[in-house]
Amino acid sequence: MGPLVPFILSNEFNLIIALIAGIGFGFVLEQAGFSTTKKLVGLFYGYDFTVLKVFFTAGVTAMIGVLLLAHWGLLDLSMIYINPTFLWSALVGGAIMGVGFIVGGFCPGTSVCAAAIGKLDGLAFVFGGGLGVLAFVEMYPALEKIYLAEAWGPVLMNEWLGMSKIAFAVVLTIVAFAAFYLTGMIENRVNGIQPQRAKSKVVIYSSALGLAFLILGMIAFLPDSKSRLESRINKALQKNDFSHVQVPSDKLASEIVSNYYRINIIDVRNPESFKAYHLPFAINIPLEKMNDIQWNKLLDQKHKANYFYADDIQMARKAYLLAGYKGKAENFILTESATDFRKMFTDLVYPGIDAGKNELNIYNFRKKAANDMSSLVEALKNSSQPVIAKTTKIKGGC
Amino acid sequence: MKPQKFMNPYMAGFLLGLVLLGTIYVTGRGLGASGAVKSVTLEVVGKIAPVHAAHTPFIKSYNEEHPGGPLKDWLVFEVIGVIIGAFFSGVISNRVGIKLERGPNITNRTRIIAAIAGGALFGFGSQLGRGCTSGAALSGMAVMSFGGLITMMAIFGSGYAFAYFFRKLWLK
Repeated sequence: MGPLVPFILSNEFNLIIALIAGIGFGFVLEQAGFSTTKKLVGLFYGYDFTVLKVFFTAGVTAMIGVLLLAHWGLLDLSMIYINPTFLWSALVGGAIMGVGFIVGGFCPGTSVCAAAIGKLDGLAFVFGGGLGVLAFVEMYPALEKIYLAEAWGPVLMNEWLGMSKIAFAVVLTIVAFAAFYLTGMIENRVNGIQPQRAKSKVVIYSSALGLAFLILGMIAFLPDSKSRLESRINKALQKNDFSHVQVPSDKLASEIVSNYYRINIIDVRNPESFKAYHLPFAINIPLEKMNDIQWNKLLDQKHKANYFYADDIQMARKAYLLAGYKGKAENFILTESATDFRKMFTDLVYPGIDAGKNELNIYNFRKKAANDMSSLVEALKNSSQPVIAKTTKIKGGC
Repeated sequence: MKPQKFMNPYMAGFLLGLVLLGTIYVTGRGLGASGAVKSVTLEVVGKIAPVHAAHTPFIKSYNEEHPGGPLKDWLVFEVIGVIIGAFFSGVISNRVGIKLERGPNITNRTRIIAAIAGGALFGFGSQLGRGCTSGAALSGMAVMSFGGLITMMAIFGSGYAFAYFFRKLWLK
């Protein structure tokens, strides 16, 4: 699942990705004609709306693509960077940039493209950009107040409007196509061209429009990967027989005592319950967080068996099923709940002198297992701490 | 040879959208440009006036976030790519060559001064607004960022508002 950085690709490799992305970016900008100010400022005088067309098409394409990847479960939207909103600096900064645009004829990315193919005005704009940054840096103490004012955090447009992501995507796509149509008319009027629509062009443009809305419709109405997985789990919960993977607490306890290094004990309850009590060596992966990319390694390895537990056996079973869909690790379920485990080992009560032999045997076994487990936890706690080497000077002589 | 025609804008936009989408999928972040100008500027300041840089609060906190130096930054590498990509595109379409483009009624000198002034305004504004047309507006639109979209509206709104006053720079 994306994004691939930092869990699948390293941050160092990310710089190579940056170079590749930049090559694509620069190539398309130059091909679109963004290396010439004539095309860029045409937007503001109505004779050439290329900027709007390229810009809006790119934005809508990427936006629909992001939603589609998320729908298929290929991209985790909670991980991607959302520009934070600082209301005043965004508006004032944007207004200043607008003046820079109309005076200089470029924006930073396009000026770099222009400079790259030998345009001296592009180079001058880049140089000016450096001066502007320097001015900002030097004046920062005076600007800090407005720079940090009205910090709203990473607000999303659809949240602000109170609509779903997909609804906003549909609205923005409609706005984009309407803008393409209207600016085409303005362009023709300003340039004094009689509109002529080639049939092939009409076919291509209408199929692009159709495709955009088809994909949006698919995202809106077909169940996404998450709900498909959910229904798969619910079906399996009713149908499957879990008896061969359910492990009673006594067995798990002896596993912990003798094989702690070969098992992962996974608590799928919420962090609060985990904090209040958890099994020895347990790690906490709340059920709804199991899809997080960081657990992929744990769920897809062959060296350790995973034991899932919760307070509710259905929840542990769900975690077991989810783990089975996500990876190839060997998985088991603890038959008893966390509370029961605690009663059986940590809060063990002596059954009384007149208890049956069987009962006393169990008591003795659990008592020993509990002691072993706590001494293991204690021992490993120390070993996981950094070893402080003591330097001893050799003393000798007389 | 004559320069080739530019690509159809919708086709270019679609391709640009795919580049942006790929970048978001792989890295979890969008494209940008002004950040690289900042990195290079801060590197230069650090080299020319290290004492001054060490006493400027903004540069100090920036350097703390960039332990590998200002140039070891995602956007710097990306903009190096932009230069390569744009140059390559210029080569295959016969558009490479030293040239100064200007409106019909102004001198070369005016054009260079305007370009530097415009660049300075854009550079300043992009720092205040935390991103330019690429980083805030385009990438912001792809992830539906409110901040990115209002920055975009402010850029183009102000561009239109001031277009009339600067028409002599561009029109006949």
